[in-house]
Amino acid sequence: MRETTPQQDLLRGVWRENPVLIQMLGLCPALAVTNTVANSLAMGVATFFVLCGSSLLVSLFRKLIPAAVRISTYILIIATFVTIADMSLEAIVPTVHKALGAFIALIVVNCMILGRQEAFASKQPVGRALLDAAGTGFGFMIALFLMGAVREVLGSGTFLDVPLFGPNYEPWVVMILPPGGFLTLGFLLMIISWRERRRAQREPVATGEAA
Amino acid sequence: MSGAVPSWRLVATLSSGGACAGLLLVIVFQATLPAIEAHKAKMLRLAVQEVLQEPDRTETLYRYEGKLTAKLPDGVDGRKLERVFLGFKQDGSAVGFAVVGARPGFQDVVRIIFGYDATSKRILGMKVLESKETPGLGDKIEKDKGFVAQFKGALPPLVRRRRGQDGGEGALDAITGATISSQTVFRIINDTLERLAPELEAYMAAQR
Repeated sequence: MRETTPQQDLLRGVWRENPVLIQMLGLCPALAVTNTVANSLAMGVATFFVLCGSSLLVSLFRKLIPAAVRISTYILIIATFVTIADMSLEAIVPTVHKALGAFIALIVVNCMILGRQEAFASKQPVGRALLDAAGTGFGFMIALFLMGAVREVLGSGTFLDVPLFGPNYEPWVVMILPPGGFLTLGFLLMIISWRERRRAQREPVATGEAA
Repeated sequence: MSGAVPSWRLVATLSSGGACAGLLLVIVFQATLPAIEAHKAKMLRLAVQEVLQEPDRTETLYRYEGKLTAKLPDGVDGRKLERVFLGFKQDGSAVGFAVVGARPGFQDVVRIIFGYDATSKRILGMKVLESKETPGLGDKIEKDKGFVAQFKGALPPLVRRRRGQDGGEGALDAITGATISSQTVFRIINDTLERLAPELEAYMAAQR
């Protein structure tokens, strides 16, 4: 791997390699729980916590974990953090926990988290692994927030439960139902790839990285 | 792959990892349990207050050996028994019972609590405790104020009101687009009362 600066470690996951919008990882929670802004943010925070905690431990013990059992060990570490997040959310914000339901437990199988352990944290010192995890986790949060904001504003006419359009607004119920998740994600990806293409056309020299 | 790692190291890694994870989880579980239990108890208390229209005080009754009783014999753990709550007005007269019931709805189990006056045999109110019904449609069983309000004063058994029919005092309107979720609520109340109404009425008769 090429040498990168700490800023690059941190910022890479936020936008240029955003886990949901660019790498298309972790789409299950991005589609399932983004029907309100509050749920999206809670999911983002829980995933951020799990990702940072797991990266820290995986990086810390990277020389002790034999390669043959590395995936099982990562899953064990991730599952522990997920269960901690699950119980803490239930104790601290029970209403959000109720709304997210089974999707908190399903953070375990979020391939974005396992991907960061396998591709980065297991090969890098603790500091860099943490920066990378924080960046990726924050990028995930941004993507979920965008989805949640679009879906709640259109689907319920509210933002964080504050009504925006007055009583005559007829909500697009489909936006908070599962199809709305696919529609929103599709439009977001369309806008992003359209911008990428425009940028590539303007500076034809910068090739090799795009794919 | 080096292949030189002895298998005892693989076993040791996984088992020590598992042991640490288990220990950590026990600590977090112990730390969060009081808050979780307290919140559940609080939600139940609020729901009892709501469906019985703010009684002055409530009494917890346990269903033990086919009867309702306020006092359990020594050595019986009340937390494992089914409970109903009896509300009283300020003058000491009984308002009615708050009863919890559940059954599978459109997605997952729906749990509700409802108030029941065993003397007039009417419903006092209904509140959904737990449901994962479809957002925007089925979840109206808890969010649609009109749907929730019509339970007050209804005379069970409850049925869905059909178009152009009056249907009597047990006929309630289902939610458009959420017929199954609506009927689940009706059925929970009907089934629970079928099971418990004789015991509730017997308890009231014994009090007089």
